[in-house]
Amino acid sequence: MTSDPGFWILQGLNALQLSMLLFLLSVGLTVIFGLMHFVNLAHGALYALGAYVAASVAAAVGYWPALIAAPLAVALVGVVLYGGLIKRMRKAGPMSQVLVTFGLIFAMLDLTRIIWGDFALGIDVPQILSGRAAFLGIEYPIYRLFIIALGGLAFVALTLVLSRTQIGAMIRAGVDNDEMAACLGINVEKLFFIVFCVGCGLAGLAGAIAAPLLSVTPDMGLQILIPTLIVIVIGGLGSLQGAIAGSLIYGFVQTFGAVLAPQLASVLIYALLAAVLVIKPAGLFPAKG
Amino acid sequence: MLEVQSVDSGYGETQVLYGLSFQAEPGRVLAVLGRNGAGKSTTLKTIMGLLPLNGGDVSFDGTPLNDLPPYEIAKLGIAYVPETRDIFPSLSVRENLELASKRFADANGSGAAWTIDRVVDLFPRLAERMSNGGTQLSGGEQQMLAIGRALLMNPRLLILDEPTEGLAPIIVKLIHDKLAELKAEGLSMVLVEQNFGFATSLADDVVVVSKGRVVWQGDAAGIRADEEAQHRWLGV
Repeated sequence: MTSDPGFWILQGLNALQLSMLLFLLSVGLTVIFGLMHFVNLAHGALYALGAYVAASVAAAVGYWPALIAAPLAVALVGVVLYGGLIKRMRKAGPMSQVLVTFGLIFAMLDLTRIIWGDFALGIDVPQILSGRAAFLGIEYPIYRLFIIALGGLAFVALTLVLSRTQIGAMIRAGVDNDEMAACLGINVEKLFFIVFCVGCGLAGLAGAIAAPLLSVTPDMGLQILIPTLIVIVIGGLGSLQGAIAGSLIYGFVQTFGAVLAPQLASVLIYALLAAVLVIKPAGLFPAKG
Repeated sequence: MLEVQSVDSGYGETQVLYGLSFQAEPGRVLAVLGRNGAGKSTTLKTIMGLLPLNGGDVSFDGTPLNDLPPYEIAKLGIAYVPETRDIFPSLSVRENLELASKRFADANGSGAAWTIDRVVDLFPRLAERMSNGGTQLSGGEQQMLAIGRALLMNPRLLILDEPTEGLAPIIVKLIHDKLAELKAEGLSMVLVEQNFGFATSLADDVVVVSKGRVVWQGDAAGIRADEEAQHRWLGV
């Protein structure tokens, strides 16, 4: 099978699709961490929430409104989380933050159970995104291509915002040195709040686009958390390049590992993680060079 | 203009400043002198709100700064050039400058606002470096950039922490001349410096700090004449 170019294209697209999903999740988490050294383990739970909101809205009014409602709803939950919890935990140190956001995972897990029940939900994708597209001698699900395109679009948009706009420069300055940024009159806490909400929104978007692909279950947030953390550790904390590089590495190693060396697949990514930590402890593209 | 009154401050459990008091007057340069570890940088960080004020008061033109976060203090018109210069490595030279210029255009309403062009006139070396990354600069260029960035905030008070540290003599001379130009234009400054000659030739007023307290107060000519104080507090 490995001599067939179709195999490589197909698996390459699978890898890319997984990478883009992980990118949407990891980019928010990593910039939040870079800007404020805040570890939000509940990020995965927000992804699950996005999937549930999308499932409900899609069932009621269709897929496209769901795709917009999910990130907005999750960003709104982000506002509530920030005001009620995160803001108070800002100076509490990493141990307390990890414990509180870890607890939040289970609180949100049970909340989704109470609201949506234990049954797996599904979403029907609209006609235009269903079916398969034939190209380069292969057939590939259109919906997965849509995910790749959406992830790519998000990457380009975020890159432009971070590199070309004033708020992007303020965020980079805040990640580099928050005290000096504050001495230039930048309200870094407010910046953090905005980035936190956008990060939550992106997690919700990831959940919404993943929902038709996987079944929507309460523990989907827990399952995605470890891969997301691996991505940001490999990529390097705080940087967009790190998030995209880490996502691509994870996506390709995981996908090709599973088909080429299935016996090794489950340890391959951890071996890679260990290797990166030994060779470049700060990750491949850390924000603070 | 800036009043520091009976200030206690430090890092966590370690107290560094003990009832420190001094004033900076408008249109004048105040040099804060003292040996290593006397508390000079701590004083500046406390003024900027980067370290907690554990006792006493700091006020700027009558506005108490005690409970204000650093970004509010900056907006009141105090620009800070830290000892480490703190150029943002992820930003180009131009972006470092724009961070200040775009948000502080004519902040003091005088109409004589600083612009990037004016900063380049002051430090022509920066012109050819505009698209470089912030950390590709030499130490002297980083200092010029840090000062230029601070000026673009159109501050009413500029505070500088050891601007000559680690710089070649020719750059020290250049920085001295530029700060003298700014002084001549009437910019108020607080200058922390180890270089006694540099500091006293720029300063109008001088306070000497030792072990977190002000031990000598007077003018620049006074400290130059007082060899005993120099020997005792500064080790000159």
